[in-house]
Amino acid sequence: MKKTILTGALLGAAAALPAAAQDTLATVKERGMLNCQVGLPTPGFYALADDGTWSGMDVDMCRAVSAAIFGDPDMVEYQSVTSAVRFTALANAESDMLSRTTTWTAVRDTQLGLDFTLVNFYDGQGFLVPVDSGITSALDLDGATVCVLTGTTTELNLADYFRANEMEFTPVTNENVNVLVETYLGGGCDAYTNDKSGLAARRSAFPDPEAHVILPETVSKEPLGPVVRQGDDAWANIVRWVGFGLINAEELGVTSENVAEMAANPPSPNVARLLGAEGNIGEEMGLEPDFMVDVISAVGNYGEMYERHIETGIGIPRAGSLNAMWTEGGILYAPPFR
Amino acid sequence: MTILPDQTRPPAPSRPALKALNDARVRSAVIQALTLLAVFVGLWWIVSNTVANLAVRNMSAGFGFLDVSAGFGIGFTIIPYQEGDTYLRVFFVGIANTLLVAIVSIVLATVFGLIVGLARLSDNWIIGVVARSYIEIIRNTPLLLQIIAWYFGVFNLLPRPRDSIELGAGFVLNNRGFYLPAPVAEAGLGAFLLLCGAAVAGAVGLYLWSNRRLEKTGQSFPALRVGAALVIGVPALAYLALAPVSWDMPELQGFNFQGGTSVPPAFCALIVALSAYTSCFIAEIVRSGIQSVPKGQLEAAGALNLPPNWTLRRVVMPQAMRVIIPPLISQYLNVTKNSSLAIAIGFPDLVSVWMNTSLNQSGRAIPIVAMTMAFYCTVSLAVSAVMNVYNKRVQLQER
Repeated sequence: MKKTILTGALLGAAAALPAAAQDTLATVKERGMLNCQVGLPTPGFYALADDGTWSGMDVDMCRAVSAAIFGDPDMVEYQSVTSAVRFTALANAESDMLSRTTTWTAVRDTQLGLDFTLVNFYDGQGFLVPVDSGITSALDLDGATVCVLTGTTTELNLADYFRANEMEFTPVTNENVNVLVETYLGGGCDAYTNDKSGLAARRSAFPDPEAHVILPETVSKEPLGPVVRQGDDAWANIVRWVGFGLINAEELGVTSENVAEMAANPPSPNVARLLGAEGNIGEEMGLEPDFMVDVISAVGNYGEMYERHIETGIGIPRAGSLNAMWTEGGILYAPPFR
Repeated sequence: MTILPDQTRPPAPSRPALKALNDARVRSAVIQALTLLAVFVGLWWIVSNTVANLAVRNMSAGFGFLDVSAGFGIGFTIIPYQEGDTYLRVFFVGIANTLLVAIVSIVLATVFGLIVGLARLSDNWIIGVVARSYIEIIRNTPLLLQIIAWYFGVFNLLPRPRDSIELGAGFVLNNRGFYLPAPVAEAGLGAFLLLCGAAVAGAVGLYLWSNRRLEKTGQSFPALRVGAALVIGVPALAYLALAPVSWDMPELQGFNFQGGTSVPPAFCALIVALSAYTSCFIAEIVRSGIQSVPKGQLEAAGALNLPPNWTLRRVVMPQAMRVIIPPLISQYLNVTKNSSLAIAIGFPDLVSVWMNTSLNQSGRAIPIVAMTMAFYCTVSLAVSAVMNVYNKRVQLQER
């Protein structure tokens, strides 16, 4: 009896030890759904409508990957998770990918078992304050109480910024962004800090957006992009090249409106390769040769996504920002699709 | 039923192995050894499996991160902490904050619970009904809901610093917290503390002496009243004579009040909610304890013409304590564990700064969760050990 239990335990141990080599693409195809993790609803990036549908810049990235795999952008199970537990949910394979304004940092990339695929939004941290506080610069914030989301790079940058400028502050932290915003609006803190895009997004949903101002200082660099689990390079490649494909599409002038026509009649070899009329990039990735046609028909190119969700959505202009195309003075630059 | 003679025959003495197997002591030793082995193999398996799986997922393991600078700010600390301090320091900051919440809540809940429990037994109909309604409303709603309600419904809605509520004598309340004057040590502090200590020791000595005299001679001495006079009077006189501390008053400066000492709104909300919730259970425990004392005891005390406070102090309470203490222990443990709900309103207790923020910033889930569990387990066991010792002392001494 004892012996059987022990043997059983040892067999169990042996069975549990080697984590089977991951094949996320096969798992997703078999499931018929992409588990795409977003954050708590935030206008512009992952907004939740009253009827339960998600939309936004990061949501479009999920839809693009779904279109690349299934030819249908709606085969996505959205997982809305607090930022505090986002990496755990990815590490234990609940989520196939993260598309949720997550900053690429060295520690996250090298120590947490994560793989950052590309940067699809360049952001920087700022401060939001009420206009009537009379504050005009982040350097006026000495002694202030600052609301900050816990478990984020924002929290670390905040401490660094105040230390570097020899100022004092009291953090009010929470893992739930809605609680923080309520606290800020109730006057529980003097300033609310987050990535500037996030501040603009939140402010756009305030009862009186004009009563709040984003201070001019940008205190950090925040390269945001989709993240996958480390150890499945084929899967990382799919997410990465769907992202690069969207940027290349804008550069090549392929839009959701002209994509069908361009696929049938490619105006240049570059467009032909992007849309699968030439070469075997898609097949080698385990996708259809013309997967980018499905992607672009579903969500448009990068510029269309930005225009739809960020520029008209939450009012952050693209021209002159870091997120403009490299040919137009920004730093958005994708490796060639060949 | 036939019993075959072969099967009933005792084993041949010439086979020592078989003989040993039939020996109950040897058998139990073997079984215990095997069980112990199974436990160790199980533990080894869990550890090695974890390490192997972390390696497969390219995740760092181990306790090396404890020396690394944490780099985030903490809103409220009672031990010194700066943004550049290590993760280990964050762990201690969290422990200190958790213990502070637990101790303050336990004291308030006990005092309040005792009062409400006695009020519940009052002959006055209104007092009884008020106490009962209080208990039934508070203990029948979820604690988390109450914490959030106190935070958003009360403390977050207080006026901003410029319109603070001044309670006088340097006490200020606003939506950034509760500000109170902080004592600053002066030259006479040592002598003052010495005198206070002497007064307390004197009062305790007097009480013990009067108890002994009462047992020996039957003569009573108002030890409690004299003791109270000592404990209150001596420090009051000494304070006036020595001026042992000066007070650092909070004053409005820039964004907020500076100077003095303060606790954040989340702390106030947590303490109020935890003590109110727990006091209901303690009130019911006190009531059940008092009602468990047989009526005959009260009648006997009445027949002896004992004054009412003697009846309560010397007849009812000693017997009621036997019923009260064991469930009270578990309430104290509950307070300590419930304090972890602080995370909902962002008070930096252990779970919030350690198991949430630090876990996220460092990504070391397993060591961090293990350390948190070890802390709660240690505290709970320590509280229950202390209370069990006390419980043994008040239990019926059977002769």
